[in-house]
Amino acid sequence: MHTSAPAPQGPPPYQAVGKHAVMPQTRHDEAARFNFLANMNQYLSAEFLPRVKRAYDKRALPRFQAQHGRAPEHRSEVRELMSEEPAYQTWSAMRRATMEQRQQAGRSVVLRQLDRLNDIARSAAAEPGLELTPGFKPPRYLTGVDHHCMPGGYVGELAADDVSAPANYDVGIFATTGGALGRYSDGGGTAVAEWLKREHPDFKPKRILDLGCGLGHNTLPLAQAFPEAQVVALDAAAPMLRYGHARARSLGVRNVRFVQADAEAVPEPDASFDLITTCMFLHETSYTAIRRVFAETRRLLAAGGISLHVEQPQYQNMDVYEQFVRDWDAYNNNEPFWTTMHDMDLTQLAVDAGFQREHTFETGVRAVVDAAVFPQAAALAKRQEDYGRAAAWYVFGARA
Amino acid sequence: MSDPVTLANAKAKGKRPWFFTDREAERVFNVALALLQELAVTRERLDTLERLLENRGVLSRSEIEEFAPNSAEASARSSMHKELIGRCLRVLQQELEALEEAPGLAATPEELSKI
Ligand SMILES: C[S@@+](CC[C@H](N)C(=O)[O-])C[C@H]1O[C@@H](n2cnc3c(N)ncnc32)[C@H](O)[C@@H]1O
Repeated sequence: MHTSAPAPQGPPPYQAVGKHAVMPQTRHDEAARFNFLANMNQYLSAEFLPRVKRAYDKRALPRFQAQHGRAPEHRSEVRELMSEEPAYQTWSAMRRATMEQRQQAGRSVVLRQLDRLNDIARSAAAEPGLELTPGFKPPRYLTGVDHHCMPGGYVGELAADDVSAPANYDVGIFATTGGALGRYSDGGGTAVAEWLKREHPDFKPKRILDLGCGLGHNTLPLAQAFPEAQVVALDAAAPMLRYGHARARSLGVRNVRFVQADAEAVPEPDASFDLITTCMFLHETSYTAIRRVFAETRRLLAAGGISLHVEQPQYQNMDVYEQFVRDWDAYNNNEPFWTTMHDMDLTQLAVDAGFQREHTFETGVRAVVDAAVFPQAAALAKRQEDYGRAAAWYVFGARA
Repeated sequence: MSDPVTLANAKAKGKRPWFFTDREAERVFNVALALLQELAVTRERLDTLERLLENRGVLSRSEIEEFAPNSAEASARSSMHKELIGRCLRVLQQELEALEEAPGLAATPEELSKI
């Protein structure tokens, strides 16, 4: 009789997360805390969220229908209705608390060893590939917002040459995603690289630009997939770049320059890139900024080049309840541009920026993780849906 | 850099959303969720210990399951439980004590300022 291995239960252990030189070290209980949070998040999405939906179908929706003689037509109606629903209140309170606990857990790991981490990044900075701009002023939507409740945001610094924000981001992303992004939290970038190789086997980009690269989680897979290419990883936040640079050196990736600049005004000549990507970046900008980013993308893309934006799906044509759930982070997790961005017509945005309508496209990718090393994550990527946190993305693209 | 414990617990910019109708209940709920996390951490640590001890042949996990305390051990444990219960349910005990308190024994700052 053929017996297959039992399906993996739950998220992989934090101990399976890939390490590198600037990765904060974790003690037993610190890792256990991340394990708890990963499981808690999985409980919230896989077990509790369906109960919220049942409460909506069984209790809230009939109440609304009795009162209005119709179903809700807009997610704001669903939100108002659900704000009174105990199951939703409980789920939200737990999700918010878990988010805050995740920040606390990450920061406490990082802060006790911050001097050491800053030193590692500082010595890596002596090697090529890190280009910071002294006196650079990040845009207001980065200085004024602590995205997803990270105290200090991406740009906040607690010490000279600080890397606390990215170090916290790097250790904690496992907890938020239940490890579904793979050992190096690079499942998105790896998926994009595989998609490119599959759909455009002859595409050999010479220069690649990743806007809002953060600490480079999803930049490195592209650099590794196209080792001949020169990659520019651009971000406005110096801490992210310092850490990203040290991390890339430690992981042996050498074809990436980490450049501090504003994605709204990229200091590179016209038509100088064959591939331009953004990953979970557009929703953390602003109404004006996203238009400028699209315009810059058009300007920078060489003839025949490809631009790809990895995000969660847009709200057009989506069921209002799903829109409401996906919009949770906008209201409750410091993502102020999330709603506006997901309501935008990206095709029109691209056309306004000078792309041909028929050269725009959309597709979807799922996290690609090393199943041998991270079997649970590979299985999880297939089944888990967490409305906005799942390891599955919507990709909007435009060819020059 | 100021105290790392305080810094680790720092608040993110922006207004915090609250979801329960009763804010007090939600505050307590948040503390309970943090305790749940710390309990999970402790259990994972115990699990690590047991596995290491078993792997080294120091004991087997079934010995733990089958462990039966003798009477001295049982009574020591009982005091342990009592103490923990008392410590954690302090507020309930104090509420009851308040019922017994003779009125007028505890002076307020206003009263004290006058005598
Ligand atoms: C959610 S992170 C995404 C990081 C990365 N792309 C990834 O997939 O892991 C968003 C990043 O965008 C950066 N960012 C936001 N606005 C920017 C701008 N106008 N110019 C450059 N970087 C920006 C932030 O500093 C942050 O590192």
